[in-house]
Amino acid sequence: MRTNRIAAATALVAALTLTATACGGGSSSSGSGDNSSPRTLTYWASNQGTSLDNDKQVLEPELRKFEQQTGIKVRLEVVPWSDLLNRILAATASGQGPDVLNIGNTWSASLQATGALLPFDEATFAKIGGKDRFLPSTIASAGAAGKDPAAVPLYSLAYGLYYNKKLFQQPGIATPPATWDELVADGKKLTKDGKYGLAVEGGNVSENVHHAFVLGKQHGADFFDAAGKPRFDSPEAVAAVKQYVDLIAKDRIAAPGNAEYSANQSVTDFAGGKAAMLMWQAAGTSLKAHGMNPEDYGVAPVPLPAGATGGKAVTSMVAGINLSVFRNTKNLDGSLQFVKFMTSTEEQKILNGTYGSLPPVKDAQSDAAFSTPELKVLSNVLGSSAAALPQVANESQFETLVGTAVKSLLAAAAAGKAVTDDTVKAELTKAQQQMPAS
Amino acid sequence: MLRPPPSFRWTRRILLTLLSVFTLTPVFVMLSSSLKPLQDVQGPFRWIPSGITLRPYLDIWKTVPLAKYFVNSLIVSVSSTVCSVLIAILAAYAVSRYRFRGRRLFTVTVLSTQMFPGILFLLPLFLIFVNIGNSTGVALYGSRGGLILTYLTFSLPFSIWMLVGYFDSIPRDLDEAALVDGCSPVGTLLRIVVPAAVPGIVAVSVYSFMTAWGEVLFASVMTNDTTRTLAVGLQGYSTQTDVYWNQVMAASLVVSVPVVAGFLLLQRYLVAGLTAGAVK
Amino acid sequence: MGKRLARIGLPYLLLLPALALELLIHLVPMVVGIVMSFKQLTQFFIRDWSAAPWTGLGNYRMSVDINAPVGRSLLNSFWVTCAFTLLAVGLSCLLGTTAAILMQDTFRGRGLLRAAFLLPYALPVYAAVITWSFMFQRDTGLVNHVLHDQLHLTSDRPFWLLGDNSFTALVTVSVWRSWPFAFLTLTAGLQNIPRELYEAAAMDGAGIWQQIRRITLPALRPVNQVLVLVLFLWTFNDFNTPYVLFGKSAPEAADLISIHIYQSSFVTWNFGAGSAMSVLLLLFLLLVTAVYLFLTSRRRDADA
Repeated sequence: MRTNRIAAATALVAALTLTATACGGGSSSSGSGDNSSPRTLTYWASNQGTSLDNDKQVLEPELRKFEQQTGIKVRLEVVPWSDLLNRILAATASGQGPDVLNIGNTWSASLQATGALLPFDEATFAKIGGKDRFLPSTIASAGAAGKDPAAVPLYSLAYGLYYNKKLFQQPGIATPPATWDELVADGKKLTKDGKYGLAVEGGNVSENVHHAFVLGKQHGADFFDAAGKPRFDSPEAVAAVKQYVDLIAKDRIAAPGNAEYSANQSVTDFAGGKAAMLMWQAAGTSLKAHGMNPEDYGVAPVPLPAGATGGKAVTSMVAGINLSVFRNTKNLDGSLQFVKFMTSTEEQKILNGTYGSLPPVKDAQSDAAFSTPELKVLSNVLGSSAAALPQVANESQFETLVGTAVKSLLAAAAAGKAVTDDTVKAELTKAQQQMPAS
Repeated sequence: MLRPPPSFRWTRRILLTLLSVFTLTPVFVMLSSSLKPLQDVQGPFRWIPSGITLRPYLDIWKTVPLAKYFVNSLIVSVSSTVCSVLIAILAAYAVSRYRFRGRRLFTVTVLSTQMFPGILFLLPLFLIFVNIGNSTGVALYGSRGGLILTYLTFSLPFSIWMLVGYFDSIPRDLDEAALVDGCSPVGTLLRIVVPAAVPGIVAVSVYSFMTAWGEVLFASVMTNDTTRTLAVGLQGYSTQTDVYWNQVMAASLVVSVPVVAGFLLLQRYLVAGLTAGAVK
Repeated sequence: MGKRLARIGLPYLLLLPALALELLIHLVPMVVGIVMSFKQLTQFFIRDWSAAPWTGLGNYRMSVDINAPVGRSLLNSFWVTCAFTLLAVGLSCLLGTTAAILMQDTFRGRGLLRAAFLLPYALPVYAAVITWSFMFQRDTGLVNHVLHDQLHLTSDRPFWLLGDNSFTALVTVSVWRSWPFAFLTLTAGLQNIPRELYEAAAMDGAGIWQQIRRITLPALRPVNQVLVLVLFLWTFNDFNTPYVLFGKSAPEAADLISIHIYQSSFVTWNFGAGSAMSVLLLLFLLLVTAVYLFLTSRRRDADA
């Protein structure tokens, strides 16, 4: 019995000693970057192409160019979107991460708050060729207002309304809908014979929250007040979310099965002619991959409420991918050189051209490659009617909670349950109450 | 049971047929979908494919680097199984053959780790690995070594417990005779106990291997693109443009073959191992 | 003297590798996890979590406050997990027992059938569960094709991976995965029953159903006691099945506690609260196991 207790005590002491060292470790890794390893870089790219392998094939030749110019070897890892945020968190917690990484631009403020990313102050911007080279709206999505951005824009995207020209001809719809009333009316005409007016990606939390945000803007709802406090269940926000859910619930212009879509099945449906309209960010390359010719579809801005102006005339979020430098980098100068290289006009043209996105760098955007009918519309949207998602530290929680709330509302609607203002408000209130106090 | 009556035989036929349908339908779906062209798996389900193609089996190696993940999974699973079984044999031998102080404490502690929710120690373990890496230079985070260490402890408690049961069932006279003949305790373990316990050891090995081969949560946080295992890698078939369901099914089938084949080959050992081990 | 010491030390030496690894991988991280549960470990502090402020029992209070949404959804998740575990373990044991008894004596094709029955257990979790999620797709899956298109049992195509049906889907997949283990263990258990018992019973004129009731089932009781405990722990903690089936945000009706905690820590980035919830879960599991072991051992004593 006595030995038992001794054994237990020994185990406990051993455990605590190890814990103490474990606790201490975290702080040792919180130093800033240095240049102790100037010859190599690790770069985490996000999955922009048709597969991880496709991304490698696109990026490797460019990285070799960079190596020839600077002598710095870049080790590339393409991280799938499903893993990216977890991997960044792990890197942040451990201080062991890449030198340069891609982040979804909506995560900028959240990741900025962790302190893991290098702030781009004036001096840092000067090293990569200046802040003025970028479109202002894309810079606004790179960190909280009033703070130095935690990233620079790399690829820009915006939502557009894609419509199938052939399907529009049959009921004699001449122009794409400009208001929501028109969209619903057109959608009803197009919904017949197993085809639907619109396809939505209802099981995808991010898609849901993006649409909720844009519709919210159109109704005059802000999901965060000026002090950064969540305001998810304001009457305007409820109306916005209800309007989106009603596409399945009341208007019935989107197939109930869309509530389950979370792997881009709505793009497949649109490309296959099963749905006549789709709201998507730069769908061109995907549609091409599905065998749909650019002549077969048109692109217009996402509809507005009739007569919307000013702050309510928002048709898209500022979507895109940002490039960040990990604060713990062992090759600070090399990392900035790499950021400069990736945002150079030349590389911007090549990369955005391949991925079908828009260059956030002004000089690159004027290139002929980006003046296709599709990209012209999206570029206009980005320049005139796009708003950045709330740049607050709790943004990623907001995305998850509100996106999930919309997902369960869509599921309820698709299953034939009544969706009223009250049920929408209840879901949004629940989401708001789960936001961490900050 | 001698000569079962017809009522029993009919009940048996019906129930076993129903169970077979329940059990085998997913296997059928996996097999048939892996042979269908992409438009078949994206449209409404059909029992009879519009055409049969082996394309998915060729494409799976290109869409994601499946071969690399395969090798990683193999290295991780085999190493963790071998280590786990060796360590479990030593520990089980001690618990089964010696009456020492702390024996009960050890058994209870080890067994209780079986009920730890993995999520509780995912982040701490990750931090500890990172700290070990920072202070000793032994890279555990992101390496196969870290994953091997983790997985081998997942199966360790159950393995020790099963082997203690199995060793207990081997008559003690055998190894006492060997000890009297001048064999060392370790020699006795290797020459007498281990050979007699082969079914139990096989059962434990299969269990360890399967645990490692199928784990998702820790693999998704603790690996990078060079050490990623199949469990995580298979998610790569849902890409930005499409879910290649036929490729997902083909890849699932391919990664299942080694475990299923091994399992079915060794299943009679499994029954024997469980009979003497866990079930006593 | 040296020899005596060696003899005493030997068992400890044999245990050392196992003990060291359990300490490193399980016990120390658990202690760290418990420490974390008393901290306000949000995204602002993950970079240097030793700087995170202590909150005392704050995380625990938040987790168990059933009047607030966090506590309420945790409680919901807890009940869902309990109902799921009871159903899944119960059905797995039922199917396993049935199959084991029906396949006790030889008939043509028994070996093949046994191999087939063991397949779900042998398949890697993600491969099997991905297949199920494909079958459960509303518009393209086999389940709705059979139920709606062929048997016309439902007026409309139901969703299986969304809403209330997701619970049914989860239980189905879980039973499918774990009943073979019950079958395997119980088959092994049946081999311990001496044949003479049946022969004697047959001589006394007991029919086959009586033999099953009087001999087989009682003989399986001790096996079942272990089996139920093991299955309970595996099912209650199961993360892989719901994660592969539903992804990172499970529907409310199938919000298992492991996924719930994962979401609380990794999706909303509140690792302190996630740890507190894990600790509560661990305490619950310890309690259940202790009570279960106490009850079953007392009954075994009474039986003896």
